[in-house]
Amino acid sequence: MNPYAPVGIFLAVAAIASAAFCIVPGLLARRRPNPTKSQAYECGVEPTSEVGGRFPIRFYLVAMLFVIFDVEAASFYPWAVQMRALRVYGLLEMIVFVVVLGIGYAYVWRKGGFQWR
Amino acid sequence: MSLFYLLAVILIASAIFTITQKSPVYSVVGLLVNFLALAALYFTLNAEFLGVIQIVIYSGAILMLFVFVIALLSSGVGPFRAGPNRLPRIAAPALLTTLVAFGFLIFGIAQRPFGPLPPHRPTSFLGNVGDPNVFGSVGDFGVALFTVQLLPFEVTAFILMVAVIGVVLIAGDAVPQPTLGRHRPQKRAAEREPILKAPAP
Repeated sequence: MNPYAPVGIFLAVAAIASAAFCIVPGLLARRRPNPTKSQAYECGVEPTSEVGGRFPIRFYLVAMLFVIFDVEAASFYPWAVQMRALRVYGLLEMIVFVVVLGIGYAYVWRKGGFQWR
Repeated sequence: MSLFYLLAVILIASAIFTITQKSPVYSVVGLLVNFLALAALYFTLNAEFLGVIQIVIYSGAILMLFVFVIALLSSGVGPFRAGPNRLPRIAAPALLTTLVAFGFLIFGIAQRPFGPLPPHRPTSFLGNVGDPNVFGSVGDFGVALFTVQLLPFEVTAFILMVAVIGVVLIAGDAVPQPTLGRHRPQKRAAEREPILKAPAP
C-alpha cells in the first residue's frame, strides 16, 4: 500500500464531511427568514459595527509572531525524526537553537507583546 | 506521470484563478489550492520534507498572514475596479523577456546530449538517491541539517530572533494608547527617576 494512503483517506473524509456540512443543511432545513435571523451572527451580541470595519494592528502583531514561531516549530520536525540517530550532539544543537530563540521570546514577553493592550 | 499532468493543470488553473479574481479573498483561496497542489507535486518527487513545509509554512502561516493583510488593508474598500489598461505599453518588453528566457531554456537543453540521461545516483546518508524515503525525506534532511549544514541552521535561529524583536519594535508600539492597559512608558519613567537619583548625594 502507498505510504501516503492514510493521508489520502484522511483528506477524502475531511472533504466529504465538510462538503456535507455545507450542502446537507441547505437541503433539509426549512427556510423562514426574518430580519433578526438574517443579521450577522456575533456570538449572540448585538452587532457593534460594520463587518468591513477597521482592525487593530494588534491582530497583525499576533499574525507576524505566529509566522515566526511557526517557522521555529517546523525546525523541530527534522530533529524529532532523527533524534535517536543524532544522539546528544543533536540535542545540544537544538538547545542552542532554542536558547537563541528564547532570547527573542523573552524580549517579546518583557515588552508586553503577548498582552492585549 | 498522469498524476504530474493532473497536478500541473490544477497548478496553472489555480494560479490563473488567483490573478483574475476581483475579490482578494477569492485570490487567497486560489493560492491555497495552488500551494496544496505544489505540495502534492513535491510528494510525487519524494521531496517529503519540502512538501510538509509547503503545507505547514506556506498554506498555514503565510496564507494566514495574507488574510490578515487583506483584513487590515482592504477594510471598507470594495472589490478592485479595473484601472487604465496598461497592457499595450508593457506587451513588447514582456514578449522580449519571455523570448530571451525561452532562448536560454532551449540553449540549456541543446547543451545536453539527446537520449536517456546517464545514470547519476549520488548516495545520501540513508541510501541511494531516487529510492523512496531517502533523498529529500525528513530523516535525510534532518541528518544533513544537524551535521553538514549546522552553521546555517544556527544562523537561522539568530535571524528568527531578530525577526521577533523587529516585529515588536515596528508593530508593538505603533498605536500608543497610554490610557489603556498596563504599558505606560511615561509613568514608568517617572517611577524610575527617584531610584536613579537616590545615590547622587
